[in-house]
Amino acid sequence: MSNLPIATSFLQSESFIYVLYIIAFALFIQGLRGLAGPTTAVRGNRIAAVGMAIAVVATLLNPGEGNWGLIVLGVALGAAVGIPAARNVKMTAMPQMVALFNGVGGGAVALIAWVEFRHYGSTYGTRTVHIGGELGHGVVLQTGATVQIAGVPAYVAIFSVFAAIVGSVSFWGSNIAFGKLQEIIPGRPISFGSAQQIVNLVLLILALAAGIDLVAGAHSEVLFIGMLIVAALLGNAVVLPIGGADMPVVISMLNAFTGLSAAATGMALNNPALIVAGMIVGASGSILTNLMATAMNRSIPSIIAGGFGGSGAVAGAEGAGEHAGTVRSTSAADAAIQLAYANRVVIVPGYGMAVAQAQHAVRELTKELEKRQVEVSYAIHPVAGRMPGHMNVLLAEADVPYDQLREMDDANPEFQRTDVSLVIGANDVTNPAAKNTPSSPIYGMPILEVADSHSVIVIKRSMNPGFAGIENELYFDPKTAMLFGDAKSAVSEITAELAQI
Amino acid sequence: MIIASTLTTNLAILVLAGFIGFVVISKVPNTLHTPLMSGTNAIHGIVLLGGLLLVGLPGLDGVSKGLLVIAIAFGTINIVGGFLVTDRMLEMFKAKPKPKPAAEDEAHDGEGDS
Repeated sequence: MSNLPIATSFLQSESFIYVLYIIAFALFIQGLRGLAGPTTAVRGNRIAAVGMAIAVVATLLNPGEGNWGLIVLGVALGAAVGIPAARNVKMTAMPQMVALFNGVGGGAVALIAWVEFRHYGSTYGTRTVHIGGELGHGVVLQTGATVQIAGVPAYVAIFSVFAAIVGSVSFWGSNIAFGKLQEIIPGRPISFGSAQQIVNLVLLILALAAGIDLVAGAHSEVLFIGMLIVAALLGNAVVLPIGGADMPVVISMLNAFTGLSAAATGMALNNPALIVAGMIVGASGSILTNLMATAMNRSIPSIIAGGFGGSGAVAGAEGAGEHAGTVRSTSAADAAIQLAYANRVVIVPGYGMAVAQAQHAVRELTKELEKRQVEVSYAIHPVAGRMPGHMNVLLAEADVPYDQLREMDDANPEFQRTDVSLVIGANDVTNPAAKNTPSSPIYGMPILEVADSHSVIVIKRSMNPGFAGIENELYFDPKTAMLFGDAKSAVSEITAELAQI
Repeated sequence: MIIASTLTTNLAILVLAGFIGFVVISKVPNTLHTPLMSGTNAIHGIVLLGGLLLVGLPGLDGVSKGLLVIAIAFGTINIVGGFLVTDRMLEMFKAKPKPKPAAEDEAHDGEGDS
């Protein structure tokens, strides 16, 4: 620790580094403001990226910096994995990718906390990190040197242990979310049944108990690793029982968690850039989580408690029994005729369109209909697909004009004067049970009121219930015709049939 | 005393940052939620700084160094991947008005339904 905090050069002075951090987080805030509008969003993202670059450079200027070989190795490894992954990922796989990036962030937080613990353990009584220092006041710097002998303040340990637990939960939870969306792990809920909440609670208590013990001065690395493992189990136990319908909410929640854990790391390391950036992400993730949960008429505690899986599956099974055998199926040719002679068609896209990569085929179909003076619009449910805005991203990719996209509240009153609603791979967000059947697990969730339109065509792979595991009453409506098949090929077939009319 | 002032200053930053996060982000339209989630994801990659700070500490053993290299790699993946993916998503939003003149004829046929 021969490096006194007194600056040897201006560039390495704590004040200068701190100023760079202030510039960095100002850029983060400005960048996020830019993300608020479609026209400024690209620039906003780049502004935030510049802020990140400045924050990294500022950190590397820190006079205590060393082990450059390791830094280069780590950054090279990360770039070698991250850049190709980001370049090559398909737009449909975006939610998984976000889950994965979120997970590695949480993993980094947990590992950093682990190293902090290892370091404090071996050189107890030393203040390890003083980047950003004592806020750059000359007098304070002097005292800061004394603090190094006084030991690690309790709050540093508290924030560090908090970051370790939350980071580990986020890492494992995100990986499970990735596995489920990528369909490596079955999307259906996997749980201990009624014991699930008790298991979660016990794991949480164990992790907290270990954390408190560590903060209180238990110098056992085994205990620390045990805490990370318990938190990992908790991450698994929380996400595994959650069905696919709730997955956007979970990813958003884990995103907020990682942000909060990053802020906690910043508190432990006394680093303002980490605190601000982490906390902003924590706040934004919380808002998104809340927004999504509200859109689905679900409370966040009940999602975490794993309630949806069990009750949803049971209700689905009952529903299937009631309705068996009243489904009408149609052909691409019939659907084409129906669409060609409609005045007004509303397309309701869902996850099925995303999976089948059908957005371009859908755009082609739209063009074909527009040639026939059919008025076409798209009705987008806030949670269609697996993330808010998922459908908008895909349709934008296929060059669908903005003004054809309708959000739920604007779309619903228009269904009554719609001739044909074409539902492409959307399920739960169109289920009238949410309005009509109080016993349904999705009762109260706002839906696209597709059943109000004069007729409905549903393109779907099979009669399997959606991710929520609930039978859709819409399919049994006499107005509804089912066109079974992969979304992309079904839409292409309709377009081909249209061209011949 | 000094420690307390560092702590309280940082707590103040923490609280204010939380409020800024709420205010700035509550204005984002639904359409941009996926890119927003991806963008904020990239920003929490700032934990990379934690790895960079700790790796400079003297007296790290092999295990700590190994853990930090992984942490730095993770943080880098989070940042680089996050910003790139967000940029890709947003380019599509931004590209909308541009290709229109080229592909205009077909796209404009049935428009005017707003």
